[in-house]
Amino acid sequence: MRLEDKLYLDGYKTDETGGSHLVIKDTSVCDSCELKQCLFVCACAVYELNENTGLIEINYAACVECGTCRIACDNIDWRYPRGGFGIAYKFG
Amino acid sequence: MSAKLKYDVIVVGAGPAGLAAAIVLAKAGVRVIVIERGRFPGSKNVMGGVFYSDCMKGIVDEFPGDAPVERHVIDQRIWILDQDSSVGFNHKNELFNKKPYNCHTVFRAKLDKWLAGEAEKAGALIINSTVVKEPLLKNGKVIGVKTDRPQGNVFANCVIAADGVNSLFAKSLGLRKKIEPDTVAIAVKEVIGLDEQVINDRFNVKSSEGVTIEMTGSYFNGEAMAFLYTNKKSLSLGVGMVLKDVISHKINPNDLIEQLKEHPSVAPFIEGGQTKEFLAHLIPEGGYKAMPKLVGNGVMIAGDAAMMVDAIHREGSNLAITSGKLAAETYLEVSRQGDFSEKSLSLYVKKLQDSFVMKDLKKYKGVPRLLQTNKNLLLHYPKLLNQAAFEMLKVDGISKKEKEKIIWKNVKQEIGIGHLVRDLFKLWRNMG
Repeated sequence: MRLEDKLYLDGYKTDETGGSHLVIKDTSVCDSCELKQCLFVCACAVYELNENTGLIEINYAACVECGTCRIACDNIDWRYPRGGFGIAYKFG
Repeated sequence: MSAKLKYDVIVVGAGPAGLAAAIVLAKAGVRVIVIERGRFPGSKNVMGGVFYSDCMKGIVDEFPGDAPVERHVIDQRIWILDQDSSVGFNHKNELFNKKPYNCHTVFRAKLDKWLAGEAEKAGALIINSTVVKEPLLKNGKVIGVKTDRPQGNVFANCVIAADGVNSLFAKSLGLRKKIEPDTVAIAVKEVIGLDEQVINDRFNVKSSEGVTIEMTGSYFNGEAMAFLYTNKKSLSLGVGMVLKDVISHKINPNDLIEQLKEHPSVAPFIEGGQTKEFLAHLIPEGGYKAMPKLVGNGVMIAGDAAMMVDAIHREGSNLAITSGKLAAETYLEVSRQGDFSEKSLSLYVKKLQDSFVMKDLKKYKGVPRLLQTNKNLLLHYPKLLNQAAFEMLKVDGISKKEKEKIIWKNVKQEIGIGHLVRDLFKLWRNMG
């Protein structure tokens, strides 16, 4: 089963006005980061490398707020989404 | 919220720890507010799915009563997986079919919502969709919390931080250091819908009866733990791996669960099922040695936020409930003197030490490091075990004596007798 299809099953309320609750602190750190662990540790593949710009893009709408990226990388400013936004599990 | 909102106790997070605390406090007439960031209690909460009943004593009159549980567990299986094989054993007992049931499979989005309802019935106030941003301090004492609501400061005598594994609250107070990748596991889970009768047939149980299967072994290089639990009309399939290993092997957690679904011992159980939800969550597995400071001036920490998980026995929510209960009891005792200083609240630590919570965490304090530094335990031994089982069960004209020799040769080659003795000793010291 494709990850996109799995994520489609989950209930989210995306904070369109507040924007991303995940922010890269300093993009120059990413430029020199060889491992780029954010690209593989996230179960929901929130982090993606844009081949054209070389920048890491954050699809925060797919985040389930587990906190893995926060512990895997110090260069991520990780916050909870605003109250009531983000993932809302049906089963949990 | 008004500018001068004052309660006796603020609970951060509506999970098992926070709600247990809220119920005990509210029942004693304490004015307690629970602040939850999700739209409803449970909406952000995840676990594999086994919830033990005993911890609910003193929280509700009867459990499960009307609580939303799935199946009571009567058959617990353990599988040691190799690439295309497994060795397993199980314990099924009619005593597990008698009330009060030992444990049930549950869905946390449903159970926590119900538990919050119990807290409200007891008189606690639950505020949803509200993030606690930081503690409010005065002269080094926590006097309340700042929330993300306009004019959202709330004041109290004492704060119980039950904000889960990421525990940003404890961090902002300096009660814990940065969480290291070797102290948490990332677990992914799928809820797989399946016909009730099909589940009963495949697992050999009646409708309300449940089965749990825990899996480890060489299948994931000896570095993952997996599970398969029966719910009423679905299965919970999940797999977890310590984040340090995920990083060093460049693994995507979603790939792990896809790999698990393919295993010939797992695939027939989930065949024809339809995934209903995909979940990911961190499990605090650092154990006793990775626990934060549990009290500060005007604050106590409970549940996952305090790393209270006994990974060996798949226990967590019962430790959370118990710690929440003990934090509440501590508040009730110290409030007679009106002293909520760190010294006074350290009664909470004493209560935890006297309970199974700290005793169990202490007993297994060496295990996280043991498994991190002795990868062969879950890699070579499971492989040898599967090889040995195959060898002994395969009838091919070779005598049993000869087969035993082959097995021993494998053990000597893979591990060596010296290492075998040393590993057994290490296991005995850390688990015995």
